[in-house]
Amino acid sequence: MHIVVCVKQVPDWDIPPSSFKVDEAAKKVVPPPGVAAVTSQFDGIAVEGAMRIKDAAKDTKVTILSMGAPTAREVIKQALAMGSDEGVLLVDDAFNNLDSAGAAMVLAAAIKKLDAVDLVLTGRQAVDWDTGVTGTLIAEILNAPVITFAKSISVVGTTITVERVLPDSFETVEASLPAVVTVSNELGEPRYPKLPQIMAAGKKQVTTWTAADLGVDTAALAQKLTLEALFVPLVDTKVELMEGETPEEQAMALARRLKEAKLI
Amino acid sequence: MANGVLILAEIVDGAIAPVTAELVGAAQRLSAGPVSAMIIGSGVEAVASKILGVEKVYVVDHAALAEYTNDGFTKAAEAVAKQADPAVILLGQTSEGRDLGPALAYRLGTAVAMDTIALEMKDGKLHTTRPAYGGNARAVNSFTQMPAIATVRPKSQDAAEGGGAGEVVKVAFDASGIRTKVTDRKVASSEGVRLEDANVVVSGGRGLGGPENFAGVEELAHLLGGAVGASRAVADLGWRPVSEQVGLTGKVVSPTLYIAIAISGASQHMAGCSGSKNIVAINKDADANIFKAARFGIVGDFKTVLPALVDAVKKVKAEG
Ligand SMILES: Cc1cc2nc3c(=O)[nH]c(=O)nc-3n(C[C@H](O)[C@H](O)[C@H](O)COP(=O)(O)OP(=O)(O)OC[C@H]3O[C@@H](n4cnc5c(N)ncnc54)[C@H](O)[C@@H]3O)c2cc1C
Ligand SMILES: Nc1ncnc2c1ncn2[C@@H]1O[C@H](COP(=O)(O)O)[C@@H](O)[C@H]1O
Repeated sequence: MHIVVCVKQVPDWDIPPSSFKVDEAAKKVVPPPGVAAVTSQFDGIAVEGAMRIKDAAKDTKVTILSMGAPTAREVIKQALAMGSDEGVLLVDDAFNNLDSAGAAMVLAAAIKKLDAVDLVLTGRQAVDWDTGVTGTLIAEILNAPVITFAKSISVVGTTITVERVLPDSFETVEASLPAVVTVSNELGEPRYPKLPQIMAAGKKQVTTWTAADLGVDTAALAQKLTLEALFVPLVDTKVELMEGETPEEQAMALARRLKEAKLI
Repeated sequence: MANGVLILAEIVDGAIAPVTAELVGAAQRLSAGPVSAMIIGSGVEAVASKILGVEKVYVVDHAALAEYTNDGFTKAAEAVAKQADPAVILLGQTSEGRDLGPALAYRLGTAVAMDTIALEMKDGKLHTTRPAYGGNARAVNSFTQMPAIATVRPKSQDAAEGGGAGEVVKVAFDASGIRTKVTDRKVASSEGVRLEDANVVVSGGRGLGGPENFAGVEELAHLLGGAVGASRAVADLGWRPVSEQVGLTGKVVSPTLYIAIAISGASQHMAGCSGSKNIVAINKDADANIFKAARFGIVGDFKTVLPALVDAVKKVKAEG
């Protein structure tokens, strides 16, 4: 079986809100100095999902796809260290500043170019724009069924079974391969590569493909959704901290304030 | 010429979901022509008259739509959109809307703005505002194609009030081509008040140190007639069910009172509770982000503060 996992490199999300900055004129996020870009959270989890399938069926091949800057090679290397087999980096000036629809077209073109892909995994949403559409769009382009918000994935023969996370339930869904599945955090933490695996990942192949290699019509990648503005919202609440010598006094002060405000 | 706004009505437990009236309200305020609704499912025609404030209700009623599937609902919504030819389509940022929005946009050759919290028409074009970067930023988007599709965050819009039922228009459905099958559903057990509807929510975070310490959170919630919520850290650790998770990838709540205990207040958590009228924070770290959004706070250890608060609330309530 051949699984493709789409992995995006994003600015580190695990920074204090106070160091989050936006260049409003350029409509871009300015990462704090010295903080490196990372693997989008759910994409590392999607790689873990692929690894679990590979653990159960050793003849599984896992290919990592990432579209982005040349530095995205780093996130591919991490996925290779987790046990994936090959990587493909999609870089081209025409791929800069695409919206999700454009990203999906490029990723789908790369998937078509790879041989016989049975399963495509993506994150439920990329943690930069928090959009959550690319996986579904890839499925539409490839004319394959999509199953979103996966908590567990199992494959028997050509049947895939996915447990989906819904607000008040878990739903089990079945489909025939090929299929696209978007992965949620409930699947579990990505495995931590050990040093020999990191060393071995260095020797694994990472191919680079451009728009010309993929044969994509770059005019068709034009944004359908125009970014008009990007800004940091103002929060203007001022907290009233409860005074008191002891926790009991603070708690009583809070209870009284809540009562005065008719909240209890 | 595309005109008007089409919204997707949702059904929860056999009744029209609250997000539906919010979508109708948002659609009316756009003043972009007539507002119509679509309702998709099996045996749903009966509730079509419960959608108020719309001119038409497009009903796609078919046994094959008894369970939500991406294939079935996308095909049904596509059929309605092609017949109704709206300029704008609004869906809820619910599990259905999240799943359906992108596929519908693709089929209609247009784009979708997900998780929007503000919508406005400018020069005849829809502009949407949505949180991005885990809630740290706001992005304003406009559309280059029609129809403009947006999913709208629950509780971000005032619900439409009153209005009559729409004229029912039945839309035929061809059930072929549904490639996924729902084979099982495990419903998360929940007692007491529904988290999304609760007037008071008491949430606990990783700082509680273990599932056993949620006893105090539960007691306080019970005392205030509220529901228990949790941060994702807590749900990921398995201390509380996923159905209690509040935040960007969990539930959106907007109670009158939201009490966050040992929660740091990461932007992704705040995405689910910042619409609360009053936030109270209890945290041992005075610099925790949660205090930036809170109206009242106690800097202290929950181990002593929480039991004291339970006692204090009991006393104050007893005073009447
Ligand atoms: C894309 C994405 C989506 C996400 N979606 C969500 C989401 O939907 N919901 C969500 O909640 N998170 C979400 N997160 C995770 C989020 O970024 C935080 O990691 C998470 O909210 C942290 O949970 P916490 O506040 O419980 O834990 P922590 O950040 O570990 O905070 C624990 C807090 O407890 C305090 N504390 C410790 N001990 C005590 C004590 N004895 N008494 C009092 N206070 C104490 C500490 O000071 C600290 O502030 C998401 C993250 C990403 C990247
Ligand atoms: N540039 C990219 N390279 C690789 N995968 C991507 C890229 N953009 C999006 N994806 C995948 O699509 C998922 C959803 O992204 P989005 O629709 O942007 O929220 C991500 O979690 C990734 O798995």
